[in-house]
Amino acid sequence: MNTSLSLAHYLLILQGAGWTIILSLMGFVGGTIVGLPIALGRISKSALLRRSLAAYIALIQGIPLPILMFLCYFGISVMGFNLPALVAAGLAMTAYASAYLAEIWRGSLQSVPNAQWEAAECLALTRFQRMTHVILPQAVKISIPPTIGFLVQIVKNTSYAVVIGFAELTYTARLINNSTFKPFIVFSIAAALYFALCYPLSHYARRLERKLKRA
Amino acid sequence: MRYDFDFSFLADFWPELARGAGETVLLSSAAILSGFVVGTALAVARVHGKRTMSALAAGYVEIIRNTPLVVQAFWLFFGLAALGLHVPAFQAAIITLVINVSAYTAEIIRAGMESIPKGQHEAADCLALSRTQVLFHVELPQAIERVYPALISQFILMMLASSIMSQISVEELTGAAYGIQSITFRGFEIYIVVAVIYLLLSVLMRLAMEMVARAAFTRRRRLGTPL
Repeated sequence: MNTSLSLAHYLLILQGAGWTIILSLMGFVGGTIVGLPIALGRISKSALLRRSLAAYIALIQGIPLPILMFLCYFGISVMGFNLPALVAAGLAMTAYASAYLAEIWRGSLQSVPNAQWEAAECLALTRFQRMTHVILPQAVKISIPPTIGFLVQIVKNTSYAVVIGFAELTYTARLINNSTFKPFIVFSIAAALYFALCYPLSHYARRLERKLKRA
Repeated sequence: MRYDFDFSFLADFWPELARGAGETVLLSSAAILSGFVVGTALAVARVHGKRTMSALAAGYVEIIRNTPLVVQAFWLFFGLAALGLHVPAFQAAIITLVINVSAYTAEIIRAGMESIPKGQHEAADCLALSRTQVLFHVELPQAIERVYPALISQFILMMLASSIMSQISVEELTGAAYGIQSITFRGFEIYIVVAVIYLLLSVLMRLAMEMVARAAFTRRRRLGTPL
């Protein structure tokens, strides 16, 4: 049995890290595409729309991400498609991120002072104009720190794709551990790589938040 | 698309699911109770500790919060096995969850402690309370009451995250589901059922923790609101 890590192992683990980044991006982009309309819908005038979107968010937030991964994974095959695990993982990350991002952005939209809405109305702007010219630009500024903070959650939680056998960082680390049985080294490297991805984001989010508080 | 949903396996396998749900509840409650104590200690170390102590606590919190739970579980479970220590998966899972949730708890409670108005400390000083008395009778009760809603959310997230412990062969709800799936090949149906059970569990947990709040915080006002 080969008990030391070779160059091939390091390359494999880096490749896993690459897939982790790709999956994170899929989750963030997908989560934005789905989550932004949900956030806007959550502050719409229609109570029915607001409530059904709230139910969607509660549903996604009440189900563990590994179970979402399984549901997407088996759901795709049930529908008769044979797609790689990446698609299932990407879908699950999209659903997960959309629910949390929608909540973050709803909070940002609602934290724009009411007077801004009223002032925009006084200027005879339409609801659409009010949104795009007055509310959104201000809400975006408020939403940046928590959004970057949530990116950390996305990167970390891509590790749950391990349950459906998608070869991201955690899965490759476990694969290498199975063949070399050097758990401390292998998982410390994996943890260090995650840390290297996440810590700058956490740090940046915190700095932005402090800056916003001062302003 | 044509697919016939078949939930008939539930008739045979519901005891397994019930046992799995029980394990999940046991795992999470053990982790929450110990994680709360450790997390509070970490927050106190962070806020009141000497410089090294405070830096150590901060470093711990940062490392845990910036790495995934799964990797922590693998590190501990396979690592202990490599050292020749055969810790059962269930215990390893509890240890991992405590390590994980204590870091988040520490960060939340620290935020609570920092939000306490200065006047509270001055008033406590005027009453000649000792530092321990201030901590246990003034600071912590108020801090915990203020951040209790955030703690509830964090603990529920942890309960949901405990599903990953099936990866180190803990037979909690997700582990049980995986077992049933590999016998019946009804993967989609079983995970729908499990998702519903997790939803129920998170609703029940929230209720339970709100009842705890009723008993623990005697002032009848909305949780998390400032004084």
